[in-house]
Order: sequence, then structure tokens, then C-alpha cells
Amino acid sequence: MRTIFFIVRKEFRQVFRNRSMLPMIFVMPIIQLLILANATTFEIKNVNFGVLDLDRSPLSTRLASKFEASPHFTRTDYPLSQKDAEEGILKDRSKLTIVIPKNFERDLIKENKAQVQFLINAIDGGAAGIIAAYSQSIVRDFNIDEGMNLINVITPVQSSTVKVSYLHWYNPELDYITFMVPGILVLLVTFIGMFLSSMSVVKEKEIGTIEQINVTPIKKYEFIIGKLTPFFIIALFELTFGLFIAKLIFDIPFNGSLTLIFFFAAVYLVAVLSVGLVISTFADTQQQAMFISWFILVIFLLMSGLFTPIQSMPMWAQRITWFNPIAYFIDAMRMVLLKGSGFSDISKHFLIMTIYSTVVTAYAVFRYKKVN
Amino acid sequence: MNKFKGFVYKEFLHLIRDYRTMIILIGMPVIQVILFGFAIRNELNSVNIGILDRSKDEMTQKLTSKILSSDYFILKEYLADESQIDAAFKKGLVKEVIVFESGFAEKLQKEGRAEVQIITDASEPNMANLALSYTTGIILDFSQSLSAGKDRSFIITPEIKMLYNEELKSVFMFVPGIMATILMLISAMMTSITITREKEFGTMEVLLASPLKPYQIILGKVAPYLLLSLVNLTLILWISMTVFGMPVRGSMILLIAECALFITTALSLGILISTVAGSMQVAMMISLVGLMMPTVLLSGFIFPIENMPWPLQWISHILPAKWFVIIIKNIMLKGTGFSYVYKETLVLISMTVFLLGLSIKKFKTRL
Repeated sequence: MRTIFFIVRKEFRQVFRNRSMLPMIFVMPIIQLLILANATTFEIKNVNFGVLDLDRSPLSTRLASKFEASPHFTRTDYPLSQKDAEEGILKDRSKLTIVIPKNFERDLIKENKAQVQFLINAIDGGAAGIIAAYSQSIVRDFNIDEGMNLINVITPVQSSTVKVSYLHWYNPELDYITFMVPGILVLLVTFIGMFLSSMSVVKEKEIGTIEQINVTPIKKYEFIIGKLTPFFIIALFELTFGLFIAKLIFDIPFNGSLTLIFFFAAVYLVAVLSVGLVISTFADTQQQAMFISWFILVIFLLMSGLFTPIQSMPMWAQRITWFNPIAYFIDAMRMVLLKGSGFSDISKHFLIMTIYSTVVTAYAVFRYKKVN
Repeated sequence: MNKFKGFVYKEFLHLIRDYRTMIILIGMPVIQVILFGFAIRNELNSVNIGILDRSKDEMTQKLTSKILSSDYFILKEYLADESQIDAAFKKGLVKEVIVFESGFAEKLQKEGRAEVQIITDASEPNMANLALSYTTGIILDFSQSLSAGKDRSFIITPEIKMLYNEELKSVFMFVPGIMATILMLISAMMTSITITREKEFGTMEVLLASPLKPYQIILGKVAPYLLLSLVNLTLILWISMTVFGMPVRGSMILLIAECALFITTALSLGILISTVAGSMQVAMMISLVGLMMPTVLLSGFIFPIENMPWPLQWISHILPAKWFVIIIKNIMLKGTGFSYVYKETLVLISMTVFLLGLSIKKFKTRL
């Protein structure tokens, strides 16, 4: 026990002696939270659009103004011909151009139907899908509103309609930052934990001090616990700090229990720190350690559900995410903070994370050898 | 010239010997393209839903089966009452609950209107929004098919044309960005690290005292990474074209020329960083925090820039990657010629000239 205490003290001293560490611990989380929370948004608002109105009738004008009134769209392009409309999209003047054909109103009144063309810049496929969905719902509303007016005047017939109402729970304003910040907190903790632990042993290797430790009577597990405890404490501090900023600046709701979050974070950190340790047993230099952990982090992150939902992935990719610790923590974090899920709701996450930590730690201890 | 050859040879050896880094530098773009091509999607796909059916009649069953017959939704559970909704959301079992009011079919027949309520788990806002709009669409279609023939309905059919990317493949969006990040990573980051390494190990003095001219030293340092960048570029283009069917609608020569221009920009950025940074650690930190993060986040390749707050938009203007991504999208996907991208090209050229000028000024031949 005393040995571990001394190693912990040594590690802490080394961390804090390094001048570049302090800004890493205190300034980076604020910057990361501020930038990431604002930059990582898939929210679609103020889509630039143009209307090519070949009909110029009251009805076509009303359809155009219906789009103008929508909070999702801003009119930026006023093309004069089909060619001009396509040019507008090509030159990025607009993302969506609505082409209302000639005789639009006449067809509607005579034949009850008409077609409107929507040209969408689909390079960003996800956004294009959402823009199409928004446009369709506006057209549907228009059909119902205007159709009612017209029909009631001509023939008051009884119709059967299904009325749809909706409620968005837990985040009624569909605020994207509320959704992102809990995930970014996980990122914060993971970054600092993984980088610090993957560099630590390599550094001793690079400088040569690892030999000195190897010849002392320090046991394997004592060395590893002593190495990892300081990073564990720093990462938990980082989480506290991040939660504090999340509440203070972004006003993220804390619907669940914070104790549960910290409890989960503790189990999670053991896994992350051990992954870092495993990396550091593979690498020879700090540069390599950094590259390897960066490589692993990028893949873990992209497949964590932080940016794009896991359910949207194909099945084989979803199976890979079962082995991704970040995915579990992000999911748990969102569930607990935003929905107020309790222990029983995330017990599966807990169980998997515990098994994960045990296995990776065992492997790290096995990999680390005192004799080269 | 012979000395120069020898020097370049030495640099190549340096790069090849560190095989772990090499594997990562070549493996990273390949894995990224494949991940983005196959796994990273933002569209709606098999969302788990719950149904709370208070009337359980013929109509609600018809509507339920209509909703489930679309590929978007999977019925996870039938809920018995309102109180179970919260529990189902908290467990993460379902993302959306559809509530039919009691006496649905009867109301529809007698009063001509019945109500459906959709409750979404909006802790995932994008998902909630998409799921809602798809469900609403299906229900309204159903509603319209009910009234068809009964009355004179009024229908505007939207004919939607997806330009440049008909199948909405996400890889089209990401490939230009991956090209930018990888070129940035190799050309700027690796170059800056390799030059600072000589400084840190003290071998820079030896090099400077050698008969090689300073520009030869820099050229020799840069050469292996230039080659590696080109290999990576070819690899990314090849995978995205053969595996994902990404088109090059514009001129291939223009595409290559623009890539070469961007590589030059990135290399001059790397040289500049190396003249400023004293140690490898510092060079790494500057490249990672100052280059990689902004390139990934603010070049508009994953997240649209238009929706960001203005300080971030402002920062994005000074990133070479942003202009490069615009150029590549134009050439590959929109198939436009040089006249459409000359402004962005000019921006890149002036950035390069500025960066090169600055690094020549800062490069010290004495230590």
C-alpha cells in the first residue's frame, strides 16, 4: 500500500511539473466544450431556397410565401428560368429551388392536382433528406389548408381525416446543444485519460527510467495501480469541471442522479486507462503512442453514436459498436442526464462495462513485463 | 546533385523504418473512407417504436400495419397505458410512441376526424424530428387514401429531384473532407514533426553546416511526405470511385492540379510550424489542436458551416481545407469547370504564397 502511495505521489508531481499540462487540464475542456458544442450540429435551419414561379397566380404566390414563413427556410434566390434555377444551385446561391409550373392554379382547380418540382442539392445526403421531408410537410399542410378552403366553397362534403398531433419529450425545443454536450463530456474524459496513460509508460521507456523501476522490488500490480490512479483522479476532476460548465454555460438539464454518472465514469475510466496502458506497451516512442491512440480514438468516436445514431448503421457496424466502450458511456450519459434514467435502466450498460474493464485491465497487466 | 539524392534517400529510410506510423498513415484514410462509406449514416433506418392503441379496432390495425410496412419502423412493444411510455423511453427501448385515441374507427366514421398522437424521445433531436416527419407523412397518406373518391380532394404532388447525389450516399459528402484531413495530417503535421526532430536531436546543425543549401534541406525533408500524400490521395480516390461509385464529373486534370496546390499549401504550413516550434511535442500540439481539430470540425465536411455561430464561421474562412473542400465538391460532384472555382483557387494560391514567404523569412540558417 505504501509503495503505491509513493508511486502515485511521484506521478502527480511529474504531471504538475510539466508546464504544458496545466492548460491541458484546465483550459482545453472549456475550449473543447465551447467549440464542439457549437460546431457539431446537424441541425437544419435557415436553408437557402429559391422559387421559380412560372405560373404567377395567387395560389402559387401563396405556396411560395408558405415556404418563406417556415422557420427552416430563407429565400435567397429569385431565378427567372429553369436554367437560371439550376445555375443557382450549382453556384450555391440556394440549396433548394422550387419550380412551380405554368398553369399550376388552373390545373389545381380543374383537375384537382398539380405537380411542383423540388430541386435539392444532395451532396450532403443527410441534410437533403431532411430538407425534402420539411418541404413535403409544408406541401401537405398547404394541400389541407387550401384544399379545405376550395372544397368547402364548391361542395361541402363530409370527409374523414386523421389529425396528427405531436409531443417532443425531454427536449421539446429540439435543441441540438442539449443533445451534444453530454456526449462531448465523455469525449473530454476519454481524451485526457487515454492520452495521459498511453504516454506515461512510454515516456519512462524513452528516457530509460523504466529500467530503474524494473529493478526495484515494486510489484507489477503496484506499479500499474500507482501509474493509473493519478490519471483516474485527473479524469474524474475533468468530468466534474465539465459538468459544471455544462450546467453553467449551456444549462443542460440534470434529470438523473449525478452519483450514478460518477459511478459509471469510474468503471468506464478503468477500461479507458487500461486501453491506454496496453497501447503504451506496444509503442516505442511517445510519438508512436500518440498516433496509435489517436487512430483508435477516431474510430471509436466515429462509431460511438456521438455524431450519427448507431441505429442508422448497417448491422455489421452495429455489432462492432458492441465492443466500443465510448458508445456505452455516451448512451448512459444521455439517458441519465436528459431522460433521468435510473440504475435499473442502464444496468445492462453497467454489466458490459464492468466485464470490459476487467478483461482489458487483465490484458494490460499481462502485457506489461518487468523483464525486457 | 548527388549529395541531394543521398539526403532524400536518408529521409525515405527514416519514414519507412518507422513502420507503425506508416501503417497508421496509410491505414487511416482507408478505414475512414470505408467507415464513412458504409457505417456513418444520418438517415432514418429501422427506428424502434411503441404503440399505445386505446381502441384496437380495424382502422388502427390498418394504420399500424401501414406504418410498419415502411422500412423505417420496427414495432418493439405494445404499451398498455400512458405511464409505460416514460419507462420505455428511459430504458431506451423505443424512440417514438404512437398513441391512438379510444374509439378511433368510430370517430373517424361518425365525426369525420380522429386523432393520433406521436410522442418522440427528443433527447436525440434529429432522430425525433425525422421519425416524426416520416410518421406524419405515412398517416396523412393514409388519411388521404380514406377520403379518396369521397370528395374532391386537392393534391399537389411534390416531385423531388436530388441533384448530384441521387441515392443520397453519405460518402459523397465525406470523401472531399477525408482527402483534406489526410493531406493536412501528412503534409503539415508530419513535415513539421520531422523538421523539429532534427532540431531537437541537434542534427539540424550538422545539416546546416553541410554543403547542402537550406532550400535543398527543406525540399529533401518534404519529398517523402509529398510522395506519401500522393499515394494516399490515389488510394482514397480509387476506393471511393470503385467501391462507392463516386463520380468525377469534372476534369480529372483539374482535380489533380487542385490537389497538388492544396498539398503545397499544407506543406508550407508544415514548414512554417516547424520554424516556430522548438520541440516535437510543441509541433505536435500545434498541428493537432491548431490544424487537425479545426480542419475536421470547421471545414464543413461533417458539419455544415452555415449553421454555426459567426465566430466559428469566421475562423473557417482562414482554413485552407474549407476552400479545398468546396473546390473538390464542385469538380467531382457538380462537374463544374475552372470558371466556377477560380475564386477558391485564388484564395489557396495567395495563402500558399503568404505561408511560404513567412516561413522563408522565419527560417534561420543559424541556431
